[in-house]
Amino acid sequence: MERVIFEARGASYRYPGAAAAAVTGAGFRVARGELVGIVGPNGSGKTTLLRLLLGALAPTAGQVLAFGKPAASWRRRELARRVAVVVQREEPVFPLRVREAVTLGRYPHVGPFRPLGPHDRDIVAEALARADATALADRWIATLSGGEWQRVRIARALAQQPEALVLDEATANLDLRHEMEAFELVAALVRDRGLTGVLVSHHFNLVARFADRVIVLARGAVVAAGPPAEALTAAVVERVFEWPVDVLAWRGTRQFIPMRRADATVPHSAGRERSEP
Amino acid sequence: MRRWTALGALAIAVLATAIVVGPAGLAPGDVLRGLVGRGDPTTIAIVRDLRVPRAVLAFLVGGSLAVTGAVLQALVRNPLADPYLLGLSGGAGLGAVLAIALGLGGAWAVPAAAAVGALAAIALVYRLAVVAGAVLDTRVLLLGGVVVGAFAAALMGAVLALSPAEDLRSALLWLLGGFDTASWRTLGIFAAYAAAPLVLLYRASRPLDLLSLGEEPARFLGADVEPLKRLLYVAASLLTAAAVAVAGIIGFVGLVIPHAIRLLWGHTHRTLLPAAFVLGGALLCAADAVARTAFAPLTLPVGVVTAVLGVPVFAILVRRWSA
Repeated sequence: MERVIFEARGASYRYPGAAAAAVTGAGFRVARGELVGIVGPNGSGKTTLLRLLLGALAPTAGQVLAFGKPAASWRRRELARRVAVVVQREEPVFPLRVREAVTLGRYPHVGPFRPLGPHDRDIVAEALARADATALADRWIATLSGGEWQRVRIARALAQQPEALVLDEATANLDLRHEMEAFELVAALVRDRGLTGVLVSHHFNLVARFADRVIVLARGAVVAAGPPAEALTAAVVERVFEWPVDVLAWRGTRQFIPMRRADATVPHSAGRERSEP
Repeated sequence: MRRWTALGALAIAVLATAIVVGPAGLAPGDVLRGLVGRGDPTTIAIVRDLRVPRAVLAFLVGGSLAVTGAVLQALVRNPLADPYLLGLSGGAGLGAVLAIALGLGGAWAVPAAAAVGALAAIALVYRLAVVAGAVLDTRVLLLGGVVVGAFAAALMGAVLALSPAEDLRSALLWLLGGFDTASWRTLGIFAAYAAAPLVLLYRASRPLDLLSLGEEPARFLGADVEPLKRLLYVAASLLTAAAVAVAGIIGFVGLVIPHAIRLLWGHTHRTLLPAAFVLGGALLCAADAVARTAFAPLTLPVGVVTAVLGVPVFAILVRRWSA
């Protein structure tokens, strides 16, 4: 069992025909059992970086390894047995039942021909239960709410029995409860099952509370990396997200409050590093 | 299991009916005797050399069109896709009309020209849709199909306008599709030609399930998306080109049968493809029987019958489903 799940070594990627590279000189590691957050504003290269880690793109310079092997050289089915991904957007066009959708997560294991056995059905049932989606099993996916569909997709990812679980902005359009539930679920899987988690998000406050480490991206480059308390400072957040923030120390973590334009006239450090009375 | 039995029974009933009915007005008992080679030689010839190959060919073509429709709908992720959407009908039509206008002789001139036209359209659309050197963009595939089809239709219009009236009529009738030229030979050629694409498409059932979720989810679930898309497009297109060559352009079956199966039954392609094959075959075989007999001795274009029979049924299905 490899100790390092993903590794980028000076990895860059420029889309064909694009003027600038979407990812430049990224270097970091994701170790087994970690929950790592990749944060950055829109267009900072998060999704491109993820495609590099998952081998959907091959770096135009540098190296990207998944489980010690160049990520783009993995056979898709083999990689899908080890890494499951919940992508940003997925809108099915044709009707499908929830159980069938989750069963598709068995594809990396059964392949195109092998019939599904009771073993596979057990795994699907367990994945549904783990993602709190058992009650949805016989529903049509078209009838699901955003939060339910998200849970179903997480269940499908679990049915892949992966070693690493990657969520790409997967909670972006969920309400408070569903977003928190999704993050809690991933955190619990990492804690209890030894899974490796990668959360890609622009919700740095939330990621700071869940992730062991964060990788901060700006304009395609890694500008900070480390435990949230070290990597996410007001200076980094303001520079990367290009907006003034105030900092609240809260239960041992830093939370960043975006300022109103009117607030910016107040002396900048007024509330910093001080908890509510 | 009950559904498969029902579908199988439907297929057998339709095939049997299609062999029994016909403009010659043979009694069912005579048909049965003819089938096993007894009785009047003319009856034997009609049953064995005309009706049986025609019914089976209609069944195979209908099944192939339905499978192709299901596959293309998943490939371009568009419920409106059908076998002729991707420029094929335009290319095939242009080829056939040219062959008729140029007075090319021989029974095979028109089908061969149609197949060549279809293959040219397939190649052109494919070339248009391969972007950035290696990626088959299914959105461009759809758009390219529509524009190539429109371009071919325009040229076809020009050729038709400049043709004498009797050429025009035979070209139009050919375009509307039919099985008047069916024989054991055409059946054999089509069956030999269709077998490989059908098997390849069926073997791709599970990857098709993934692909209908979207290319990115499919890739991360373990599908080799680019080779898969190429395989699906090429196999589906060649299958349609073969169908066009033996039967002309028969609309509706490929569009509607896959949806009917999805509505009534299954959504995973393991079930969808074979079920669509059987239902599409039964529908086209029945439609051809109606086409032969409704205004006998005149024959209706079978595409007219599929649409007239199928559209109301489908409309009812859709209403029931959305209610």
